[in-house]
Amino acid sequence: MSTSIWPSGVLDPQGPVAAAERTILLNATVIMLAVVVPVIVCTGLFAWWFRSGNRRARRRPEWSYSGALEVLVWSVPLLVIIFLGGIAWLSSHELDPRKPLAGKAPAIKVQVVSLDWRWLFIYPELGIASVDRLVAPAGSSLQFALTSASVMNSFLVPQLGSQIYTMAGMVTTLHLRVDRPGRYPGLSAQFSGAGFSDMRFEVTALAQGDYQAWVSNVRAHGETLDATRYRQLAQPTSGAAPMSFGHVDTGLFDAIVAGNGTLTVAGAGAPSASAMARR
Amino acid sequence: MSTTVTADGIPARAPKTPRSERGPAPTRIVVSYGFWLFLLSDIILFAAFFAAYAVLAKHTAGGPTGPQLFDREHVLIETACLLSSSFTCGMLGLAFERRHALFTYLFGATTFVLGAAFVALEVSELGHLIATDAGPQRSAFLSAFFALVGLHGLHVAVGLAWLLAMGAQVATIGLVPLVVQRLRCFALFWHALDIVWIGVFTIVYLGAR
Amino acid sequence: MMTALLGRLGWDALPLRQPIPLAAAAVVALVIVGALSLVTVKGWWPYLWREWITSVDHKRVGVMYVLLALVMLLRGFVDALMMRSQLALAAAGAQGYLPPEHYNQIFSAHGTIMIFFVAMTFMVGLMNFVVPLQIGARDVAFPVLNSVSFWLTAAGVLLMNLSLVVGEFARTGWLVYPPLSELAYSPGVGVDYYLWALQISGVGTLLSGINLTTTILKLRAPGMGYGRMPMFCWTALASNLLIIAAFPILTGTLGMLLLDRYLGFHFFTNELGGNAMMYVNLIWAWGHPEVYILILPAFGVFSEVITTFSGKPLFGYRSMAAATMAICMLSFMVWLHHFFTMGAGADVNGFFGVMTMIIAVPTGVKIFNWLFTMYGGTLRFTAAMHWALGFIVTFVIGGMTGVLLAIPPADFVLHNSLFLVAHFHNVVIGGVVFGAFAGYTLWFPKAFGFTLDERLGKAAFWCWFVGFYLAFMPLYLLGLMGATRRMQHYADPGWQPLMVVALCGALVILAGIVLTVVQLVVSVRTRDERRDTNGDPWNGRTLEWSTASPPPAWNFSTLPQVAALDAFWRTKYGAPPDTDESADGSGSDPLPAPDTASPLSVPRPSAVGVVIAFFAVIAGFALVWHIAWLALLGLGGVVVTGLAHAWRTENEIEVHELYLNTPGISA
Repeated sequence: MSTSIWPSGVLDPQGPVAAAERTILLNATVIMLAVVVPVIVCTGLFAWWFRSGNRRARRRPEWSYSGALEVLVWSVPLLVIIFLGGIAWLSSHELDPRKPLAGKAPAIKVQVVSLDWRWLFIYPELGIASVDRLVAPAGSSLQFALTSASVMNSFLVPQLGSQIYTMAGMVTTLHLRVDRPGRYPGLSAQFSGAGFSDMRFEVTALAQGDYQAWVSNVRAHGETLDATRYRQLAQPTSGAAPMSFGHVDTGLFDAIVAGNGTLTVAGAGAPSASAMARR
Repeated sequence: MSTTVTADGIPARAPKTPRSERGPAPTRIVVSYGFWLFLLSDIILFAAFFAAYAVLAKHTAGGPTGPQLFDREHVLIETACLLSSSFTCGMLGLAFERRHALFTYLFGATTFVLGAAFVALEVSELGHLIATDAGPQRSAFLSAFFALVGLHGLHVAVGLAWLLAMGAQVATIGLVPLVVQRLRCFALFWHALDIVWIGVFTIVYLGAR
Repeated sequence: MMTALLGRLGWDALPLRQPIPLAAAAVVALVIVGALSLVTVKGWWPYLWREWITSVDHKRVGVMYVLLALVMLLRGFVDALMMRSQLALAAAGAQGYLPPEHYNQIFSAHGTIMIFFVAMTFMVGLMNFVVPLQIGARDVAFPVLNSVSFWLTAAGVLLMNLSLVVGEFARTGWLVYPPLSELAYSPGVGVDYYLWALQISGVGTLLSGINLTTTILKLRAPGMGYGRMPMFCWTALASNLLIIAAFPILTGTLGMLLLDRYLGFHFFTNELGGNAMMYVNLIWAWGHPEVYILILPAFGVFSEVITTFSGKPLFGYRSMAAATMAICMLSFMVWLHHFFTMGAGADVNGFFGVMTMIIAVPTGVKIFNWLFTMYGGTLRFTAAMHWALGFIVTFVIGGMTGVLLAIPPADFVLHNSLFLVAHFHNVVIGGVVFGAFAGYTLWFPKAFGFTLDERLGKAAFWCWFVGFYLAFMPLYLLGLMGATRRMQHYADPGWQPLMVVALCGALVILAGIVLTVVQLVVSVRTRDERRDTNGDPWNGRTLEWSTASPPPAWNFSTLPQVAALDAFWRTKYGAPPDTDESADGSGSDPLPAPDTASPLSVPRPSAVGVVIAFFAVIAGFALVWHIAWLALLGLGGVVVTGLAHAWRTENEIEVHELYLNTPGISA
């Protein structure tokens, strides 16, 4: 875990996306506090000053309209909102998950499949895969293509920033970068059933050299991930240990997407017996 | 309308009480208004199914598509039945507004027959689709089609049952204000279903290329 | 296993081997049996049947709605306590005492109950009771339909609570997203209970929306133009327009899911072309207007409370009305902010983010106008006013976190976290719940003829206020620390202290709820000390205070002739010295003379509501368990009951006849 003094998570960014998002959060909060705090103070102040027992207060029992105040009352929220709306529009584009990030070479492509109830990470250009452990070189741009084997999930590493839903038969896109070596918790942020609370994974960011070593190690010692092994992985499981695969069938991710999350012999997806047995 | 006279002695036309200040509306208006609101909500229900159809129309999952399935002649006859029944329903409206019992029964019966013909034709169309492995379980497109068309057909069927009940009410209670009010609501309902059907055959049947 | 007689129902539907649901079911069964026995032993059935169950009087129906809401608050809050205590225990490897299959039902039930059967029910109840009185009408537009609406809501409540005893509830969250809620991943009856309960009560809500909209638009007293309507009626109008426009979407969407589950359709399934994203869009196209349906009446309550207890008219009435209608329309244009993270792209996300910001503007206007209403007034800090002041402070914080979440990249890290949970509880508790209690306190004397004990009311408020902050501020922090919602346990031991604080907050709120119950009991016992003798215990401004407490069944013997805003205040104190209130009506036609020729009559009570609801429960239960013959019986019962009512030609009772038939009152 990080050694930041902030509680870890969103306020302890370890990548540019999370850092930008934290900045937005803090700035927007401060801007709004400029309105919220006076409102709270005025509530207390008016309530206290105009209490019925206060003889010094000047009562204006018929005062119910003021053109100038109307203008103020509409324009203050409007101005704040125009400003924040501008931030919302611009930052939506700036921090669009589909937007590629700069980073040290090489850019790493990762295909993510959310299973019940763990995470499969396939590195299509390296031909390896990992379950519940996303190993990445620090400083490199990570390009994710995500899908689900079953129900909706949401891929989230709070310290790295933006989450994105995973849905069967569809591919969502995300770009992240982790800047410092370390281990960062990840989770699913969309409730997906009985094993949801255990659907945690870890992002292990390594220095470039260490990362290459890890890749070689997995290639040498990991098992094979083919259709049969995938179907076993897709069986409802929770709390199992992370694992890695040294060889992955090419096109596995595309086949999973085409099969709407499952792999059948014929290719056109239908819910597997294991999915039916979920409880 | 009261008039006041200005200082010149010329009568001035005074403004009338705004409608919003005239107090509670008579029952006839209240009931019709409430029923209109219900019809609007019903149209929104259809809108949800239209939206689903629009999203899923191309999701045929390798199965039959709209152009392959839809028989435009059949739909034309169905449409003729429903639109004619709307005309006879209009005549029904004239009849019950004039409290003419015989014509109320006559035009009510024709409306019923034409509406029942529509339902029968639709049931035969949907039944044929189901029998030829083009039922709602085949694909998302077919699910959306069956649901939209089926929802409309269900409304028509309920309308037919309502019409029968109204016939019974006219026969047993007579064309009293309470019954006439309900007949007015029925007529609104029937015409609204017609409008929805125009939407259905335009978007679903004519829209299928 | 299917049988012709019992469908899929079998002995395994009872929680005989599961201690927690068994205990819960036993408690519920005991309470229900106990209540029914008490009523029977005391011989209250004839009175209850005649005066309440078959009543079509909007005041009675409104009281029953509020009572139902308070009872369901207890049930929903027990769920909350279980969730908080589970999370206080289940840190870093500990599993707590609620395994996932129970916990997942509990949070689903908690959300469903609180939104549909507490918040909606409470607000509809307040609107039912107050709106006809405030507009100077004798009842709502369709009194029998009103009773049907209430009983259908009660039927939904009963069906949902049956799932505790027979079967199980949904384990999917309160909005049952597919594919998780499809048969493939939720093969049990839980989702079906949810769907049928909400379809049934949804019909009731829609009919109620039509009823109240027609009432407000068509039954206002003579002279009450739109500019003279109390602000509560404006917000009620906006809320009911939203109900009419939004609830059909819910009916349609849940209907599609039912078709998927029962008839094998493919609207939202993973295979054969279904699209789960479409469900998310449709359900939130309903869901966002829904939260405005809840908050707008609460805003209306606060307008009434703040004006009454400041002794001042509402500041910026026109702005408030405009802001209300703006919120009404804008609420249909923001739904995507509930799923920025589904990947719609920057333009779409940006658009909806901006729209969500825009809707914050009229809300901010309202807050300012309430403050300026207080300014220059003579404030009385009654219990109701406490709720209003607590609301302003709490709601602006919740609104602020809402605007934060409306910035898509901020939402990208906080979506579905405990930060989100804290945000929506912040606005719902600070807004809807506080508004409900404020309205309950304000209008209780009008309904029952005596005020509630003020001291206990203030104590209850402080428990809710302090308890809310204790319970939910830690959740904001936890969300920032990476805690997601709907976790049954978590790994980081550093989160546990915050969870414990949250549990303490929940216990303080529990004290507040207990105090509310105690307040009711004590207030009834000591009611003679706080009798409302003249119908106007608060020196109110609007027409409901011009009637007796409680008002007679027909509300007003002669319809009030309204000449200005705050009509009752004008009646009491006359027009203010420097205004020309004859300007509106100068030279216009005289108002229609009161109709004294035809005798005063009230709508006749009817059992059609309770009987239809009875058959609806049977039909719903049968559909859940796939018992075809019973479902047909239930549906047939509904139809026959409706037809029987259609042949009732005597729909009104003249008032003198009413007096003759009321025991204890002589003609």
